[in-house]
Formats: sequence, structure tokens, C-alpha cells
Amino acid sequence: VCLCSCLPLSRLLIVYPWTQRFFSSFGNLSSPTAIIGNPKVRAHGKKVLTSFGEAVKNLDNIKATYTKLSELHCDKLHVDPENFRLLGDILVIVLAAHFGREFTPACQAAWQKLVRVVAHALSYKYR
Amino acid sequence: MLNADEKQLIKHAWEKVLGHQEDFGAEALERMFTVYPQTKTYFPHFDLHHDSEQIRHHGKKVVTALGDAVRHMDNLSEALSELSNLHAYNLRVDPVNFKLLSHCFQVVLAVHLADEYTPQVHVAYDKFLAAVSAVLAEKYR
Repeated sequence: VCLCSCLPLSRLLIVYPWTQRFFSSFGNLSSPTAIIGNPKVRAHGKKVLTSFGEAVKNLDNIKATYTKLSELHCDKLHVDPENFRLLGDILVIVLAAHFGREFTPACQAAWQKLVRVVAHALSYKYR
Repeated sequence: MLNADEKQLIKHAWEKVLGHQEDFGAEALERMFTVYPQTKTYFPHFDLHHDSEQIRHHGKKVVTALGDAVRHMDNLSEALSELSNLHAYNLRVDPVNFKLLSHCFQVVLAVHLADEYTPQVHVAYDKFLAAVSAVLAEKYR
């Protein structure tokens, strides 16, 4: 998938600005332009999408794939799992905009299932 | 709440919807029924096959109502009052489903507007659809 990999993360920070609370060390997030141009956002966005790619490569074993990341998001990053759902929905919209009609309802259904499973896996180790 | 810029973005993007209310509405509903099958429980009386007459008709109704909302963003409660009553006293659709249809409608916008569905347009529509959903649910209790 040759998407600009930073798109989903920057869109998350723009559409749901309260998600910026996790990125206070990222510098200038004061406007959509600043967010889209922010090098830390780009780098982190790429990291997030690459990790998502791991799920796609390990569709039969997503929970195990995300064990460590789940612990990290709970114990160190303290991210409310609701944010995983928000990012998942944003990713679906980015895919829709990119693929247009090819992103059929059946395609959307499959991706919504995947993002839901990934969100669940990321919140699985929360305690 | 929606600021002046957001209202402009919403109105401007809506011009792309005009003339396609039935198509976009049917597609949004079809996506919702496919992605969230539990939403079909509200339509046991419908033929839910792809492109059914009932889905097209209903889709047009929904998007036309959204168009009314776009034209009356400054007094949504008043503009959607009848629909608000309908949903509260007759249909009693659980409000969680408004979010699901809103999301699917945004996917339709993204599919057809592509690059023009910028993050700014996206956030404006997300807020607008949330406001419409809130009005539809405001008389529930």
C-alpha cells in the first residue's frame, strides 16, 4: 500500500485534537499545516503504519504480534484504548479516499474488522 | 461547535453531493448494513439486497434530510424537529447507530471527494454529523 504513511496519524491529530495530549514532545501541533509538516509526526506516523503492516502479515496471530506493544501503551504511554478505535476509523477513511470505488462495502467491512481486532489486541494486556 | 470556516467547508463540499443524494445515501446505507450487520435489525421489512429500490429510496430520504441540516446549521434543533420526534417516539433507533451511519457517510464522502476530503473537511463533517445525531436523540428522554 503506497500511502503517505504519515496520513492517518496526522489526520487523527487534526480531526480529534484531544489526541494531541500524547504528543506534547512533538513540537508545533498548532494548526493542520503545522501537524502535516511536523517531522516527528511524519516519523511516528510511519512507525505506526509499519506496525500495522505487521498485523496484516500475521493475520492469524494478531494478539501475539501486539503483546509487547499492548504492555507499552498501557504501562508506559498510558493511552486510553478508545484512541485505537479512533485511529482505526481514520485509517479506513484514508483508505477510502485513496482507493475510491475500489474500496467497496465488502472491502470496508474487512478493514473495519481488522482495525477492530488490532485495537482489541493493543488493549488486551491492559490491567 | 461549528465555526464559520467549518460551515463554509461543509456547504462547499455539499455541492458535490447535490445531484447524487440517492447514490450517496444508498451507498452509505449499504456500507452500514455490510460493516455493521446489527443495524439491519431496524429494517426487517426492507429488501436489503444491493441496489434495492427500498434502499435507494431510503438513502435519498436520509441524504435529503442531511441537506436540510446543511442549510440550517444555525438552528438544527428547529430544522430537524420533526425527525427528532420521529426518532424519539416512533423509530427509537438506539443513538449508537447514528455514529455508525455517520462514519459510513463519511466513508462515502471520502470515496467520492478523494483528495478534496481534506483533514479540515473531515473534521467539519465529523462535528456536523455529531451535532445532527445529538439533535435526533435529544427527545429520547
